Amino acid sequence: GFANKTKMNLFTAINSAMQTALETDPSTVIFGEDVGFGGVFRCSTGLRDQFGSDRVFNTPLSETGIAGFAIGYAAQGGTSVAEIQFADYIFPALDQLVNEMSKFRYRSGNQWNCGGVTVRTPVGAVGHGGHYHSQSPEAYLAHTPGLVVVMPRGPRAAKGLLLSSIRSKDPVIFMEPKALYRASVEDVPDDDYMIPLGKAEILRSGSDVTVVGWGGQLRILQKACDMAQSEHGISCELIDLRTILPWDVDCVVDSTEKTGKLVVSHEAPITCGFGAEVVATVQERSFLSLEAPIQRVCGYDTPFPLVFEKYYIPDELKNLEAIKKVVDYAQ
Amino acid sequence: AQRQMIRLRQMDNILQNAQRQGRISFYMTCRGEEAIHIGSASALKQQDVILAQYREHGLLMWRGFTLEQFTNQCFSNDLDLGRGRQMPVHYGSRALNYHTISSPLGTQIPQATGVGYKLKLDAAKMEDPSEAGIAICYFGDGCASTTDFHAGLNFAATLKAPVVFFCRNNGYAISTSVEDQYAGDGIVCRAPGYGMAGLRVDGNDAFAVSAAVRKAREYCLTNNAPILIEAITYRQGHHSTSDDSSRYRCPKEVHDHSTSTDPVKRLNKFLHRHGWVSSDDTAKIRDEERMAVLNAMEAAERRPPPKLDTLFADVYEEMPLHLRRQEQQLQQHLAKYPGRY
Repeated sequence: GFANKTKMNLFTAINSAMQTALETDPSTVIFGEDVGFGGVFRCSTGLRDQFGSDRVFNTPLSETGIAGFAIGYAAQGGTSVAEIQFADYIFPALDQLVNEMSKFRYRSGNQWNCGGVTVRTPVGAVGHGGHYHSQSPEAYLAHTPGLVVVMPRGPRAAKGLLLSSIRSKDPVIFMEPKALYRASVEDVPDDDYMIPLGKAEILRSGSDVTVVGWGGQLRILQKACDMAQSEHGISCELIDLRTILPWDVDCVVDSTEKTGKLVVSHEAPITCGFGAEVVATVQERSFLSLEAPIQRVCGYDTPFPLVFEKYYIPDELKNLEAIKKVVDYAQ
Repeated sequence: AQRQMIRLRQMDNILQNAQRQGRISFYMTCRGEEAIHIGSASALKQQDVILAQYREHGLLMWRGFTLEQFTNQCFSNDLDLGRGRQMPVHYGSRALNYHTISSPLGTQIPQATGVGYKLKLDAAKMEDPSEAGIAICYFGDGCASTTDFHAGLNFAATLKAPVVFFCRNNGYAISTSVEDQYAGDGIVCRAPGYGMAGLRVDGNDAFAVSAAVRKAREYCLTNNAPILIEAITYRQGHHSTSDDSSRYRCPKEVHDHSTSTDPVKRLNKFLHRHGWVSSDDTAKIRDEERMAVLNAMEAAERRPPPKLDTLFADVYEEMPLHLRRQEQQLQQHLAKYPGRY
């Protein structure tokens, strides 16, 4: 355990991780739109005053510029932490992410690499974000060999995962559930600590159903699992993937072989969402262990709506129904 | 410099022919732009980082990339530094500070800004200022229309990055002449729009290009600011071996340029006029370089491809479990079908 902890929300935990990175690696720079004054979500508050405007600075408004600049800086041996203000705006950078960042090491025969890149970006529903302030584009990026995609579920996970991401020798896309920036408060160690990438975490052990999610969805899934237990006596094993690419296949497979039933839930639209990858892999590995068809509880295949957000969201009631469905099927 | 230009042109001729004979899959020449390559390379220092587009191999040659290294890449053999992963002419060399070429256009431009910014921070900590370096980024007239061009230059000017943005205006982007590419006065006129210095130079004059790049380099290092150079030249060859430029331009145009503005001929005439080389010297160099290219090519052609296990390496720094499993799957498949691949 850690000696000193502080109650931090998500943006404070991220701020703490970036401060630690700036302190421990003098080549670290933090940049993006509005990063200088602290960022629109306050993640970079105080960093420019502390470390100077050479190292913490605003860029002009261009996501492709931000991504390309990050690659070049890292290729020259530095550690770049780039912010894309909303993941909804990551698409102009997709050429740099998919065609350059992910292939930089491979295409050079391992002469060059941009492992020093971390791209941070807020994702997910926030109550009033509509089409362009709510998206969760992890599926687009998970389809890109060479990238690492990480999504923390809360402040404590975020600090450790972000430090691992920044220090990783591979380029990482770090997706921050924006609804949790202020709303999620946890005890977070003051120290420098890292949480390994590529490893899922089992949040609660259970015997009846395996439930898998990532990012902000874990809060909803915790509620669904609580209700399943208290109202129906169903014991759920809840898994947070933490890293989307590469994902911890064996953790989910082992759990599903134990429980025989799987529910996967994500906010992003269901078709070709990352849940499809989880389901396809698990049924291939564990077909004979399954006692029910695997369920996905996801956003609908519409643009993220504004006035109907509460109907769109894969909430705890929809997840409870899926949990009950697989349990009933297996009986 | 003359020998380098002759070597470059011999390599282009021979490898282009090799593609036509089906010995390599693809090639791109730089015929007509040799003064840009040799001129600018000679003005740079080894610590300057080069981010090129795809038609700048003369710079790599000047830096020390051998004919063996060029041909190994084109033949995708086991000695290719790129491990047989990319099409011919996608060279790269960490040792020579030359970023590996990628096919998407313009992506190197904002990357050059990032490189330059890091070089600036590093230079501030150096005891010996003569070791400071710049980033130099090459692209063509077509590439200057991309969004990454706009982003890269704007970032370099606002963040004050020591980058030379070098535009090879050779008149064509595949079949698209500059008339269909921009309505302004070339590329350099955009520099003041970004708050950046700019200069235009005769791209077929090796000495002019060298002087321009030397001045530009000093400017960048002194001011910690970028500069845009537009070198006017002419693409004498096709865009690539997948292109037949006679379909969109008349042979007379190409012929006129190859006789009147050709940079190799110009340098040759200059050296002759001053009595520094004779016709015999030049012919001897040409023969020597031709043989060197042929020897390198034939040796490269005989070599085997890289080992199959390189297919799954270097996607990440360490091979993750899912790739190890996919590698095993492939090996099991090959064991079932020996000799079929």
